[in-house]
Amino acid sequence: MHSFLLRGNAVLTFALTVLAVACVLASLTDTLHSSKPEVNVEILSVDAFGRNPGGNDEVVLTLHISADLQSVFTWNTKQLFVFLAAEYESSKNVLNQISIWDSIIQSKEDAKIHRRTRNKYSFVDQGSNLRGKDFNLTLHWNIMPVTGAMFSEKRVLTGFRLPKNYM
Amino acid sequence: MEMVRNAVRSVRSIHYRQLATQIISLGMIVTSALIIWKGLMCVTGSESPVVVVLSGSMEPGFQRGDILFLRMTKDPIRAGEIVVFNVDGRDIPIVHRVIKVHERQETGEVEVLTKGDNNYGDDRLLYAQGQLWLQRHHIMGRAVGFLPYVGWVTIIMTEKPVIKYILIGVLGLLVLTSKE
Repeated sequence: MHSFLLRGNAVLTFALTVLAVACVLASLTDTLHSSKPEVNVEILSVDAFGRNPGGNDEVVLTLHISADLQSVFTWNTKQLFVFLAAEYESSKNVLNQISIWDSIIQSKEDAKIHRRTRNKYSFVDQGSNLRGKDFNLTLHWNIMPVTGAMFSEKRVLTGFRLPKNYM
Repeated sequence: MEMVRNAVRSVRSIHYRQLATQIISLGMIVTSALIIWKGLMCVTGSESPVVVVLSGSMEPGFQRGDILFLRMTKDPIRAGEIVVFNVDGRDIPIVHRVIKVHERQETGEVEVLTKGDNNYGDDRLLYAQGQLWLQRHHIMGRAVGFLPYVGWVTIIMTEKPVIKYILIGVLGLLVLTSKE
């Protein structure tokens, strides 16, 4: 009952149990947190719009993305994965979500985004449904914790429309 | 050295009933671990409710050696979710983020493109020859939670199997020679 190995085993088990409980409690504090993010996205210009070599519609945009996500950070947040997705419906697909830009924010100080950029990933349709298409730009952020459960929030911005004709 | 001599002496002096009890309690430990694992598979709806992160393709969020908790629900797959999928013909599951979703009218079937956060390009190079999209049946679960560093035990045991045998040997010896 008092051998070195048994004592070692007891201490290790207890330590791991306490650690697991601490991780769960830390994660629970995230559920109590409320955030007040501010998001604004503008399309500054449509730089190209036509059929790509694969035969699908493709568009190149220059965007201005500004967001203040500082209030989303908790003490248990390791990073925010932020991405901007174009979302629209077509005759073939009830939902198309295309991530056109993303960024990783690793600290609260870096959580104010003020970016003017071309779309990072190609905005390509399955088919040619994009002429005159109304779409939403939704900024999603995935809250990746130091330990525990991950959360995801988003802000939907509506009212964007692509040109009626190819350029 | 003393410990080894004591252990050998106590193995030699063991009575059969006591030995049977020890072996059964060892069996109970193993089977209860199995019950917990299978139970987790039921509760989370995923074939592998826990995976170890093996590569750096999702850094800095997930590092090699972290473990991810997975769940699979009937909810539709949406952009931004971190999913675990198997490519046909490969048996190591990959954990990456969904960046494009195209969901069909009527049938609700979905075509999905994934990318590792730390990778430059999307996963089309990882998919099977000629495959451009993942379908729902490729996806085994969504990552819902995460614990850092704990998975290193599994990585070490997989990459240096010697350690696995030593560990099991020592544990077996401990259970057999303990007087409880």
